[in-house]
Amino acid sequence: MPLSYTIAVIAIPLLMFLFLGLVGVKMEKKLTGILGCIGMLVTTVLAYGVALTYFFGTGEGQVSAEGVRQAVTVFNPDWLSFSKTLVVRMGIMLDPIAAMMLIVITTVSMMVHLYSLGYMCDHHGHAEKGFQRYYAFLALFTFSMLGLVVATNLFQIFIFFEMVGVSSYLLIGFYYESPAAIHASKKAFIVTRLADLFFLVGILILSYYTQTFDFFGSDVNGIAGLLDNPQSSVAKAGATTFMGCSAMAWALTFIFIGGAGKSAMYPLHIWLPDAMEGPTPVSALIHAATMVVAGVYLVARLFPLYVIVQGAMDIICVVGAFTAFYAAAIACVQSDIKRALAFSTISQIAFMMTSLAVSSADGKLIEIHGGYGLGYMASMFHLFTHAMFKALLFLCAGAIIHAVHSNENDKMHGLHKYMPITSFAFLIGCLAIAGIPPFAGFWSKDEILVAAYEKGLGWGIWMSMVAGMTAFYMFRIYFLIFHWKKHEVHTEHEPSDQPWTMTLPLIILATISIVAGFVPAANLVTWDGAPLHTQLNWTVAGSSVLIACVGIGLAYKMYYKENTLPQRMADSCRGLWTAAYRRFYMDELYQFITHKVIFQGICKPIAKFDRAVIDGFFNMLAEVTNTVSFGIRKLQSGSIQGYVYVYFIGALLLAAVTAMFVIF
Amino acid sequence: MNLTLLMYLIPSLIMFGCGVYGFLTRKNMIAIMISLELMLNSIDINFVVFNRYLFPGQMEGMFFTLFAIAIAAAETALALAIIINVFRIAKDVDINKINKLKF
Repeated sequence: MPLSYTIAVIAIPLLMFLFLGLVGVKMEKKLTGILGCIGMLVTTVLAYGVALTYFFGTGEGQVSAEGVRQAVTVFNPDWLSFSKTLVVRMGIMLDPIAAMMLIVITTVSMMVHLYSLGYMCDHHGHAEKGFQRYYAFLALFTFSMLGLVVATNLFQIFIFFEMVGVSSYLLIGFYYESPAAIHASKKAFIVTRLADLFFLVGILILSYYTQTFDFFGSDVNGIAGLLDNPQSSVAKAGATTFMGCSAMAWALTFIFIGGAGKSAMYPLHIWLPDAMEGPTPVSALIHAATMVVAGVYLVARLFPLYVIVQGAMDIICVVGAFTAFYAAAIACVQSDIKRALAFSTISQIAFMMTSLAVSSADGKLIEIHGGYGLGYMASMFHLFTHAMFKALLFLCAGAIIHAVHSNENDKMHGLHKYMPITSFAFLIGCLAIAGIPPFAGFWSKDEILVAAYEKGLGWGIWMSMVAGMTAFYMFRIYFLIFHWKKHEVHTEHEPSDQPWTMTLPLIILATISIVAGFVPAANLVTWDGAPLHTQLNWTVAGSSVLIACVGIGLAYKMYYKENTLPQRMADSCRGLWTAAYRRFYMDELYQFITHKVIFQGICKPIAKFDRAVIDGFFNMLAEVTNTVSFGIRKLQSGSIQGYVYVYFIGALLLAAVTAMFVIF
Repeated sequence: MNLTLLMYLIPSLIMFGCGVYGFLTRKNMIAIMISLELMLNSIDINFVVFNRYLFPGQMEGMFFTLFAIAIAAAETALALAIIINVFRIAKDVDINKINKLKF
């Protein structure tokens, strides 16, 4: 098996985690960072080798006779076998999206490892407290995420889903002395955990009816055939109904809820903005590029099933389209740079979700062209490009925060003169996300819009509008940070470009953001492995560029030079502005539901019942025993002759009673 | 003169009654112990007499009496030892003053 060294890609981060976590504490701080980087570099090189071999190799079993790239199962041993059918396996499977994700994860993780060498130090170059722990957790996260994407079955995905959740929790709460970080990490963990509960239920329903945890191959014809055959498990799952929907639809919807929790879809998005309390490189790696797309990846992984269950797809479509708009609207008014970027991430992930969901636009089962594969391909392509430019934006934000010691816009302003490299890198990131050709985002977002227009004009226009908002809010952030007015130096030293460990990743990621659009994704990352023939739709491309330019122009007009226009606009619709700034009160709503409804309405009465009735019963038993004992203990007087009297009288009475029985 | 069962049992009963009376009324622990011995002895007499008159062919009652005497001797030694120790601590053998063994 030529790809058997894929195991090393997974194993090295795990070993790094164990090594850095156990031994690292005793070592020099900087040394652990350098070791972590070297380990990650080896992983990256190997992962690139795996992905390139997979995409361009022509080895046995990789490409079928029709030119369709096959999924390769490197190995898949039984891990837990409960019965003949209930077997949980742990293995490695490579298919186009898994191979692509290997590249995404290792690239961004490598950049973040390198960047953190600079970021996790103060201005004198001394490493922060917990430096070793930080690198150990980074390795843990990388391991979990890699294990997730190469999973061979749903249960393995679930296990690694939990593990990325845990590593995300650990890294958000890295600054465990700050209460905000602790609250944010708890919130992230609880929200995603709640969503994962639905995921687990979905898995159980699905595997109960289909008798397997394995994925269905990308052969929709095969699955549709199964659906027609009433004896097959898929048909049974499709035929069993509960509350008007088939068991399959329920299962897939529940699994989507699990994915929505990780991918921060409305209304489970509330944890992501708070997760920005973690170190910025962590936000770049976990909360922008990799972990938050796990939900998208999950839906893509089960795409052959989603395609045949239109109801679940419609839910995803509506949730995705709404979230894209909702998050974009909030991103337009946020003043904290990282939070604005977080909402931008939510919006972009919603783009990917919507794109996946519009893939089944025509509703016909076995059509494998046009609407089908395009949205899927576009979604995965956007996942790839978005990971690159969003990681770039976050790392730029980290450099800025490191320079000015604040997350707030008003502490920045006019940094262009002080941090030219960061400024250019950020500009490239903004152009890429706004969809200006030839930057990466243009190509992927264009495909998404084409897919959306194929689903329906309304969907297309909606997504185009959100794309325009994206351009506006990104350039709002850019102009507010780097221009607006002259920078007022708040700290004791002037802000400047950061050391090479932090600048080099920016340059590399900026380069990738420029050229990533030319990756022939349509030929490589398709849902069935067959190359997809696409061509640029000039109408959609032209209009989306035009909309992006309008957005940028508006941002330029409002935010390039200091003026009162933004203030006046905010004042003219104060209510709306405040609502958007407060994130449309979703956090307050959650607070209300959890505290007022659940805690006050349900938990408190239950606690009262527990204390009053259940505890009370046992307290009563103890109390009665106590009182009675105090009452009768006087009988033990210590006077031996007293006891004998009682004994003697008792014996006499007993004798008398016995005598009565004998006589009568 | 023909001795009947009753002629043995009546003295035994009197002995037992004396023992109970002594046990309940005397204050001196040694006197109480002597009363206890009286009761034991009256029981022993009962054993022997019942055996002799009711089951003349068998010997269990006799053996039981011998056992009871042996155990009573051991018990007396033990009780005397306890009384001596109590006297060393309390400087007294009055049963009413030795009532510490209570709640």
